Amino acid sequence: MKITLRGVRGSIPAPGPDTVIYGGNTTCIEIETDEGDKIIIDGGSGIRALGNDMLKQLPVNCSIFITHTHWDHIQGLPFFAPLFIPGNTIDIYGSFDPVYMKDLKTILAQQMEYCYFPVRECELNASITYTNLRDKQSVKVGSATVTSILINHPVLNFGYKVESHGKVFFFTGDYEQPENIYEPEHDAYDEYQSLVEERIQDLNQFIDGADVVVADSQYTNEDYQTKKGWGHSAFDSVIEMAGAANIQSLYFTHHDPTRTDQQLDTIYQDIMERADLPETAFHLAKEGTVIAL
Amino acid sequence: MPIEHEQLIEMVDKIPAFPHSVHQVLALTASADCAPKELVSVIECDPILTLKVLKLVNSAFFGLSKEIDSVNRAVIYVGINTIKNLAISVATAGALPTSNKAGLDMNQFWNHSLSVGVIAKQLASNRDVKGSDVSSYFVAGLLHDIGKILFAYFFPMEYKDALTESYESGTPIYVAEKKLLTLNHCDVGAILAKEWHLPQELFCGMERHHQTQFSDADDIISMAIFAADQISHQIQQKDFKAQALPEVVEKWLGAPIEKAAESIPNLMDEMNKAAMFVKLK
Repeated sequence: MKITLRGVRGSIPAPGPDTVIYGGNTTCIEIETDEGDKIIIDGGSGIRALGNDMLKQLPVNCSIFITHTHWDHIQGLPFFAPLFIPGNTIDIYGSFDPVYMKDLKTILAQQMEYCYFPVRECELNASITYTNLRDKQSVKVGSATVTSILINHPVLNFGYKVESHGKVFFFTGDYEQPENIYEPEHDAYDEYQSLVEERIQDLNQFIDGADVVVADSQYTNEDYQTKKGWGHSAFDSVIEMAGAANIQSLYFTHHDPTRTDQQLDTIYQDIMERADLPETAFHLAKEGTVIAL
Repeated sequence: MPIEHEQLIEMVDKIPAFPHSVHQVLALTASADCAPKELVSVIECDPILTLKVLKLVNSAFFGLSKEIDSVNRAVIYVGINTIKNLAISVATAGALPTSNKAGLDMNQFWNHSLSVGVIAKQLASNRDVKGSDVSSYFVAGLLHDIGKILFAYFFPMEYKDALTESYESGTPIYVAEKKLLTLNHCDVGAILAKEWHLPQELFCGMERHHQTQFSDADDIISMAIFAADQISHQIQQKDFKAQALPEVVEKWLGAPIEKAAESIPNLMDEMNKAAMFVKLK
């Protein structure tokens, strides 16, 4: 497998002199199996340039897995050029919205309504399929198997595990480790705590021993104190997960849009100086990074 | 009049929540950082909100391998924000009128449902049901009579006749319902529970709380809801004539119903705690 990070910024694209090193595009990960099957996770603004590169070899056949439908994970889709060209085949997977009772196709079509975008979804010329996934559902893409896992974020968010030829890659999408909503003295604390631990354990088992994990680490531990419940993780909880799940290599991603390259370097340096790090190899996700597995 | 299965399923989505909880949900969620535990308390004291939350998380959209039988479990699976927004959408859909044309007293309904939940939970603890399972006894009790709301809301005239007949002739309401509406509230609850893939124990509690024979002595939750229902009526209505306890239920209870009722000393405390969240009139 070859994994290319096409967008590593969280919340909103953040181009400018302070983000030229790590990149300003929002989430998009490109995965190519050894057989050339193409899997894309998320359609943030990073998918635009990827789409243009893919046009060099037509027709395009690819599968796009959407972790969740917040803007920064779908805003690049209307600019993904392969969608406009007849003869291309694009399979899109993601979750159903249970609050508004909308399926994936409806949600994505709505971002292309005429008041937002000049071309409507029904005018896209590629052959497109939409599939609403369930928790822990597996999809075969060539030699790879992609499996979803429902993990905590303000909307339904799937993490995706991609396995091919014994190699395992996992992307969290947006993720905040669940927390107990009760104080320790409350009657319901113990029961809730066992549910929290069950969920954390479930994820750790799902990704146990993965070769590469790309994980939402939008906040510093200090930021996190005022941003609990916003749906993103702090570096500390990601490091803890890496240790508990025996991850070989982990990339911190979903960088906060206000985070400068210099700040990221400082944060990384501080982390690497810690004496209590697990054996995982830690990296900062950088736009353009290619990981060979 | 015969009730169509499909018709029934469609109807429930249209049922609004109790007025007190609607008010509480809207007040709590007016602030972006509302306390999750307070929201959970409001939801879990309202049978309609609870039913809708459980319907959602047990639906095929998620295909979760575990059956979700409590609001807390629902929160941990789909996230507090999804539960919050779901509660808001149910709340903004409107509030159940406090009275209905059928003459079913909604306040009394809520009060009874909540007390059956509290009693069932306590009976389960007394009988050494394991801690993490006790919450499903509460939910099963809270939801056991949900079929009555459907009748009163969607078949008010027919249900009024059933209530009147039950009142005037002393016939139990579930018998009068069956006679006039072809189904009773246990049947209706069971249809919903099955349709929405609710956990087996909730299904059993809804379906079996008036049956006179228990074929399975292991069907503890049904026995608990049966007994809790009778105890609740006995505590709340002085002249109530309890339904005879099937032998197997009495055996599980370990005492005749009057004795078992005495083992629920904290009912009013527990009810008051719960009522704080829905501001019961």
